[in-house]
Amino acid sequence: MTKQRSLAALVFAGAFAIVASAPAMAMEETPHPPRQSWSFAGPFGTFDRAQLQRGFKVYHEVCAACHSMHLLSFRNLSEPGGPAFTKAQVAALAAQAKVQDGPNDAGEMFERAGRPADRFPSPFPNDNAARAANGGALPPDFSVLAKARSYERGFPLFIFDIFTQYQEQGVDYIVALLHGYEDAPQGVKLPEGANYNKYFPGHAIGMPKPIEDGRVEYTDGTPATLDNYAKDVAAFMMWAAEPHLEARKRIGFQTMIFLLVFAGLLYFAKKKVWSTAPHTPEQHA
Amino acid sequence: MSGHSTYQPQNRFLQWFESRLPIGGLIHSSFIAYPTPRNLNYWWTFGAILSFMLGVQIVTGVILVMHYTPHVDMAFNSVEHIMRDVNYGWLLRYLHSNGASMFFVAVYIHMFRGLYYGSYKAPREVLWILGVIIYLLMMATGFLGYTLPWGQMSFWGATVITNFFSAIPLVGESITTWLWGGYAVGNPTLNRFFSLHYLLPFVIAGVVVLHVWALHVAGQNNPTGVEPKSDRDTVPFTPYATMKDAFMVVAFSIVFAWFVFYVPNYLGHADNYIQANPGVTPAHIVPEWYYLPFYAILRSIPNKLAGVIAMFGSIAILAFVPWLDTSKVRSANYRPLYRQFFWVFVIVCILLGWLGSKPAEGGYVIGARILTAYYFIHFLVILPLLGLLEKTKPLPQSIYDSVLKHPTSAGGKLEGEPVTASGRKS
Repeated sequence: MTKQRSLAALVFAGAFAIVASAPAMAMEETPHPPRQSWSFAGPFGTFDRAQLQRGFKVYHEVCAACHSMHLLSFRNLSEPGGPAFTKAQVAALAAQAKVQDGPNDAGEMFERAGRPADRFPSPFPNDNAARAANGGALPPDFSVLAKARSYERGFPLFIFDIFTQYQEQGVDYIVALLHGYEDAPQGVKLPEGANYNKYFPGHAIGMPKPIEDGRVEYTDGTPATLDNYAKDVAAFMMWAAEPHLEARKRIGFQTMIFLLVFAGLLYFAKKKVWSTAPHTPEQHA
Repeated sequence: MSGHSTYQPQNRFLQWFESRLPIGGLIHSSFIAYPTPRNLNYWWTFGAILSFMLGVQIVTGVILVMHYTPHVDMAFNSVEHIMRDVNYGWLLRYLHSNGASMFFVAVYIHMFRGLYYGSYKAPREVLWILGVIIYLLMMATGFLGYTLPWGQMSFWGATVITNFFSAIPLVGESITTWLWGGYAVGNPTLNRFFSLHYLLPFVIAGVVVLHVWALHVAGQNNPTGVEPKSDRDTVPFTPYATMKDAFMVVAFSIVFAWFVFYVPNYLGHADNYIQANPGVTPAHIVPEWYYLPFYAILRSIPNKLAGVIAMFGSIAILAFVPWLDTSKVRSANYRPLYRQFFWVFVIVCILLGWLGSKPAEGGYVIGARILTAYYFIHFLVILPLLGLLEKTKPLPQSIYDSVLKHPTSAGGKLEGEPVTASGRKS
């Protein structure tokens, strides 16, 4: 019996030793983005309305010069669970945009002021125009970018993430990226037109440092720092990527309560039913 | 088990109907009076959980189709339209995408339970093989479905998987072109994948009916692996098994809901939120987690054709397990050596899965090669040899005896009145 046990143990230990040594041999170095604390993290997370409004301002005044957000409409800005702009604010904002519409009755395209139902206007007419204006690099669309960016968590963190509900890799990465501009270390050669960023995979990023302290004016007393810009715009991008996040977490909690109570009731009902099973050993013993 | 019905409807209309189509009797004999071993543990509830998950996938899928557009230029945005503008569209989509993963969680538990308790042994070989067919259909359906959102991983995953067929000598290229409906993965590919993704779940449902039918002919296995011998060994399916299944379906739904509501993108890949772009290859092309062990096997073999054969072989080999396992004893509870090798095998599968998610380089490849070899050795060497060499523990006289001796731990170890494995009629 002991021999049998040790045989299987040996097989297992051998397999484990080989696999455990694997990561040491394969390597790739980009630092993990620092964890931020987000109001929308965790089971009861909600967006900070003021933060979303500030984030929108940063996007609108800085990022939108190059980055489209083509899945969002102006109306989204006043919808529940979002930045909670008023309908009037949204209408005024939309009206600033020039939107091509048509064809009209004469068969001609025409320009009109934007309406809340219109999508956010894109800075470039197409991807090629965007590339041409940005030294060959395409500024990614922001609509779902907060969910389209992540970083390798590695073992065992990726297991813990299920239980800690860590789903904010994307926004943490975005904040880190905006902080990550540095002079290239000695000996690192960057391609023509590229910039060094500590957190960008491969470190050579096309985008020059996009924002610095004092670039956007905040009206609610929040210090106008790069750190605040980065967090605010990342939060705004998270909302843009997951506009029903608040509803999801709220309904999730209600569902959990329901399922736990239901499972409890079924468990005791099952116990009761089984206690009277025919030929139950207790009755015969 | 099914066939002789004791179903006698009281209602006049039901009597009239029953004499014309005895569907009431069929349901009664299959899901109410059906005798189920009294010592089944909770691992036996995963059949019900899988049926539930199939239902969830079909219902959410049918509704998602009402809002989805299968076109390369519109698919990605139509999924985002579902996430943003369709009422509770985010819920439907997250239920469906996480539901696929939960379906696989349940099927893996179900399969490992079958392997642990020897549920594939005579007279349940056909039942087991039908299960392997369902699993293959699930893999195909999952892969086709993952293509539909037309993100980067959708596109590149489809490209990698369909390229397997190009490894076939002589006709490989032609077959791949035929599968794609063109010279690359494109709109015809997406359209046919969509069509097949809608079709296959109903094929699965059909094979599930056969699977349940075969189950009801052979009867359920149980933790002792000893067939029921008298009425004392069984209880009627309803209410005993139904209540237990209902509880576990809801308990499983708690795990499901955790993923849907709190970590809905955990099991997905960030790159799939980038619209498919044939011009940009992702740094690491990784399939969904449930294919990872097979992906590791594929990549561990340097030759493409051999790798593809090994990968399909690693699944096909499951169909031969009833004959590869030579032991006369079913349950690992009475097979001290097999029990250990079973758990080693489980760990090997998990490690293969982890390696499948890693880049194919350096130590990862060496590890994957050794584990791939072990995977096949388990089936081709260990299973046949163990049956011949292993000294099994004495089996209980009957299910009832095992429950009577150990009312609190049905299916545990047994003392007294031993019957040796070789003396047992199978």
